[in-house]
Amino acid sequence: MAEVTSTQIFRDSEADLAHKAKWFTGRVVIYGILIFWTVVCLFPIYWTITTSFKLAPDVMKGNMIPWVDYVPQWRGWKSLGLSPDTIGTESTVRAEFLKRFMNSAITAVSSSALAVILGSMAAYGLSRFRYRFGFMRNPDISFFFLSQLILPPVVLALPFLVLYKELALLDTRIGLILLYTLTVLPIVIWIMQDQFRSIPVELEEAALVDGLSVWGAFLTIILPIALPGMVAAFILSLVLTWNEYFFAALLTSTDAKTLPVMVASQTGSQGINWWSMAALSASAIIPLIVIGIVLERYIIKGMASGAVK
Amino acid sequence: MAEEGDLLHVVTDDEISPRRAALGRVLVWGSAGIVAISFLVVWIAKQGTIGLDAPNWRPVLYAYLFFGICLGVAQVVQRGEQGKRTLFILPAVLFVIAMVIFPLIFALGIAFSDWNLASPEGRQFNGWDNVRQMWGDPFYWNALKNMVYYTAAILVEYAIAFGLALILASEIRARKFFRVAFLMPLMLSPVAVSWMVGKSMLEIRFGPLARLARWLGWESPSFFGSPEVARFMIMAMDAWTFIPFMMIMLLAGLQAIPRELNEAAEVDGAGKWRSFWEVTFPLMLPVSITAILIRIIFKLKLADIIINVTAGGPGGATDSVTSFIFREYRDRSNVGYGTLLAIVYLVLIVIAITVFMKAVDRWMNPRY
Repeated sequence: MAEVTSTQIFRDSEADLAHKAKWFTGRVVIYGILIFWTVVCLFPIYWTITTSFKLAPDVMKGNMIPWVDYVPQWRGWKSLGLSPDTIGTESTVRAEFLKRFMNSAITAVSSSALAVILGSMAAYGLSRFRYRFGFMRNPDISFFFLSQLILPPVVLALPFLVLYKELALLDTRIGLILLYTLTVLPIVIWIMQDQFRSIPVELEEAALVDGLSVWGAFLTIILPIALPGMVAAFILSLVLTWNEYFFAALLTSTDAKTLPVMVASQTGSQGINWWSMAALSASAIIPLIVIGIVLERYIIKGMASGAVK
Repeated sequence: MAEEGDLLHVVTDDEISPRRAALGRVLVWGSAGIVAISFLVVWIAKQGTIGLDAPNWRPVLYAYLFFGICLGVAQVVQRGEQGKRTLFILPAVLFVIAMVIFPLIFALGIAFSDWNLASPEGRQFNGWDNVRQMWGDPFYWNALKNMVYYTAAILVEYAIAFGLALILASEIRARKFFRVAFLMPLMLSPVAVSWMVGKSMLEIRFGPLARLARWLGWESPSFFGSPEVARFMIMAMDAWTFIPFMMIMLLAGLQAIPRELNEAAEVDGAGKWRSFWEVTFPLMLPVSITAILIRIIFKLKLADIIINVTAGGPGGATDSVTSFIFREYRDRSNVGYGTLLAIVYLVLIVIAITVFMKAVDRWMNPRY
């Protein structure tokens, strides 16, 4: 009896120990890759935000860490009129910046909203009813919408330049909103079709039996269920339209110029005036970084829909 | 979808009286007539022969809007319940027709003309001159060739994205943090990226990446000096912004694979490597193809970074088609030639994508 208890019953065999070591190195490699890629993804953002607090010598010496390497200064933000000591005073630069910022915000939000409204309706119709327009059946109509995706913006750019000139829509926010709606509409329809397909038809059938009309059922029963999908489509559209540069650069000049166009025009003119460029770039990306962190769930949902059928 | 009839089947007895149907027809044709009349009036006024003065074509736009509303109302008036269903897709259809089909037809018109927006002569029809000019334009062919390179880079992006998605799908701590961190580049505007990375981090004297390159032993780093390096830098920046996109799609695909399949493979004695190639990868093919296709579509629009970082240089080596046309317009403000180039590009894209999809289809569903 005593002999039995003294020998260790459970012990790691040589093979198991080797396995553990292998598992451990595997972990190290995996976390190494993860951390490396995190640095790759976040360093440019870190660099931009810290540079906006640097002075010229700090940039030239390659100081990286605030308070350790250098003392952060409001210089970059001052040149935008957004530093604590200038925020109360009049500033033409800030007025200009805020105007561009508002242009970007208004065009992005309105075009995303418009695209979500138009796209949800179309996607719902396509997922529930059978249509026939001449030779076009549902799959054809669906393809008609989605095929807009492969249309490169440059094909439409110059014709729109001429058309908008004739329609007096050049350099207006309305013109930009319409065009942006067009560019995100196929994506919205794609996401929403996926959403509506996953909602069982029995729900509407029950609603119809209870006396609602088709539109009543859509507005009161289906839309609330599809809301997460709509938010996902909206956020994704917002990201795309907020960042859009090509159309804005061609079709706007003074009134409706958006933030990316302003950033781009400053890049050329200011040369090595890094702090103000960094502040400008930082303020252009910060709204989306916040959206990305807060609403990450929806963005991923939006992009993942359609990937998995 | 093979089934006939509506998915949501509703039986309605709409009694459409002949008068109601007639009213609907009047609405449609009447409003269409208003569009035609407004078009004619503005056109005549533009000729300037009569006293009318038309500053722009806005009236036609309003007439089109009015026509759209009338068409919608007429659907319900004419076809009752059935018409209400059409209302779901009608706005989007009318919108796309106005914003794509009409401009495309218009584009065909300008593509065959010499139209300098700055010159007072206006549009000059010049037949096949633009085509001939395109044929002899080495920069355009160069831009097309670059697009092939840029598109080929997607395979590398795909491999990286797949690797990251695999790691994110495995059992790791702080997955949410890494997911958010990896997503960040996608949120940034390409213009901001051009400055952040292209102009400041790659700045040859003070940029951190230039310092890193010097530290690694590259004596005098120059990122946009030689064509090959410059092209690679553009690819890298574009990849940086869009890898998260593919990664998220692939991650969603990976998470949809039932765990039992990999467990079964393990029980059958397959190692990690083998079960990846024989279970995971084949199951991921449909998602991969969707992700790659969408990525190709986005890649074909590549322009912002090029316009802002290199402006096509050195010597057009980094030009994409879009950035080339953009500069072509900026420099000469000739809409005709630019439009022709864009339309040729569109035709090439449609052919290439069709061939790609057919090939994929043939490959995925082999017919023996």
